[in-house]
Amino acid sequence: MKVNNVILQTVTKVATYIILTFAIYLFLAGHHNPGGGFIGGLVIASAVALLVLVYDVKTLKAVFPFDFKILAAVGVLIAVVTGMGSFVFGKPFLSQSFGYFNLPIFGETELATAVIFDVGVALAVLGTALSIIFTISEDISLWKH
Amino acid sequence: MNNFVVLPLLIPLLAGLFMIIFRKNTILQRWLSVISFVLTTLVALYLLRQVFNQGIQIVNLGGWQAPFGIVFVVDMLSALLLVTTGIVSTLCVLYAFNSIGKEREGFYFYPLLQFLIVGVNGSFLTGDIFNLFVCFEVMLLSSYVLLSLGGTKLQLKETIKYVLINTLSSTLFVVAIAYLYAVVGTLNMAHLSVRVAEAGQTGFLTVVAIFFLIVFSLKAALFLYFWLPGAYSAPPPVIAAIFGALLTKVGIYALFRMFTLIFYHQPEITHILLGILAALTMVLGGLGAIAQKDIRYILSYNVIIGVGFIISGLAIFTPKAVIGAVYYLIHDMAMKALLFLLGGAIMTIVGSGKLKEMGGLIRNHPLLGWMFLIATLSLAGIPPLSGFVGKVLIIEEGLAKGGTNASFYWLAALGLFSSFLVLYSLLKIFINGFWGETLLSEDMEKGSTKGLLLPCALLVAIGIFLGVGAEWIYPYIEQAATSMLNPNIYIEAVLGEVI
Repeated sequence: MKVNNVILQTVTKVATYIILTFAIYLFLAGHHNPGGGFIGGLVIASAVALLVLVYDVKTLKAVFPFDFKILAAVGVLIAVVTGMGSFVFGKPFLSQSFGYFNLPIFGETELATAVIFDVGVALAVLGTALSIIFTISEDISLWKH
Repeated sequence: MNNFVVLPLLIPLLAGLFMIIFRKNTILQRWLSVISFVLTTLVALYLLRQVFNQGIQIVNLGGWQAPFGIVFVVDMLSALLLVTTGIVSTLCVLYAFNSIGKEREGFYFYPLLQFLIVGVNGSFLTGDIFNLFVCFEVMLLSSYVLLSLGGTKLQLKETIKYVLINTLSSTLFVVAIAYLYAVVGTLNMAHLSVRVAEAGQTGFLTVVAIFFLIVFSLKAALFLYFWLPGAYSAPPPVIAAIFGALLTKVGIYALFRMFTLIFYHQPEITHILLGILAALTMVLGGLGAIAQKDIRYILSYNVIIGVGFIISGLAIFTPKAVIGAVYYLIHDMAMKALLFLLGGAIMTIVGSGKLKEMGGLIRNHPLLGWMFLIATLSLAGIPPLSGFVGKVLIIEEGLAKGGTNASFYWLAALGLFSSFLVLYSLLKIFINGFWGETLLSEDMEKGSTKGLLLPCALLVAIGIFLGVGAEWIYPYIEQAATSMLNPNIYIEAVLGEVI
């Protein structure tokens, strides 16, 4: 049976962009308000999960041709190394620092080392969630054939 | 502030992450494993010296002050355990090179080992009880995978039980933490100690203490050990060695911390209960050990007897008994690893763990036989070897305290009796395996012990050193016991700037 999911696919194409934008918003909001790397990473993963549901695993594998486990490892590595940055300045592990800078387009902007840590967290969550989703979906596709 | 304190956690973590990225490169993973464990050991030794000379070292993570942020603390007990963990893990990974096999190496064996050590070291280091839970989980999650890695039928069967029982005990752990937090409103261990002392350890807090006792008894296999013999006999010997040497010991460490630092006000309830559980553990574990006819099960039951004996030192709760318990804990970590590794070597040669199928191994493998005998004597507590000092201290104190409370006579007597059971169960392996007619000629053997005996020999050397060099190690262990029995030392080091 061939399922007709043109509507679903069209909606998804638009919705994915909205979800990804929202993910970035959540990620950046996390510095002072609810949000952050963990939830941002999860929302990105949910966008990918939606794509997996609407298209299929093979297409998605072709789009993202790398091992998500490595993505997760790199994420944790970024987070840990950011934390270790404080060793250089003789501060306790995981200390953070921030400052205000005048950037060309944004004007005065707050830049914080915690954001780099959060990028690591986001990548770790994204990598873990996606490896789980892809592993489970692989099982199901084996099952059917 | 001393950033060295987090390194025993960070080094294996970084090594494990790199290994995941370079998954295909086995040679690199082997090198990284050894480098990481050796570095961790060196850092631990450095911390040991620092604690010995300058007292307890702490680091407030992220610069947040102690009762509010998470703090990592190294006191003498943690430092000694970190050093032992470092040495044992280094030797086990050397043993793994020649025994674990290509498939497991390709499926994240080395990174999982690193993450396991991250959890173990983290548990020893952390000064926050919820963080202790997190470190336990890190350790347990790695152990779930290590236990099931390879996917044989027996392994999967035992993994399900192991996962279920540990999930249950972890849930209880969180519940117990929630109770404690609801009563005293803090999670920092030093602060908990202060608050519990201020509130007086009332009936309700003692109930919470017993809740923790149940949780850690499940983890440490103290009386609630029913899951252990199966789980520790399923995986390959080197994984069993790491489990037997480290995992239950983390539970014991947690019991030490809880009942010396926080809940030490009502020893007539909590410590008597610990004593009863310890006695039952020794007897039942001992009976299990002599009843079994398979090396793997005999060794697993021996882990249980060791747990009972260490906890009886905590139950007696006098300075010398605690020194004995810490000493025996360190000895037990090294010797249980040795025992499992030697058992692994025997099983490699024979191809199975059944006592019936082996015999006369000493003809072709004299070194293996003698090392096994030394390990046996050491665990039974024969004088120049490492088990003796701990046993003599614990039993002496038990007999001394028997004067005030006759039940301690029983504890001491059962401690001695359990030594006989250990000796009998291990000599059974020795007599069946090494004496008698040689059943296997050299070309009939199922595998070779090439590369397996060097780590064992080093562990034997450590065992002899712990026994002969007791005089030299004693001041360190004495300091550990002093700071365990005087919680104020710990509290001052962690909260000194606040209070």
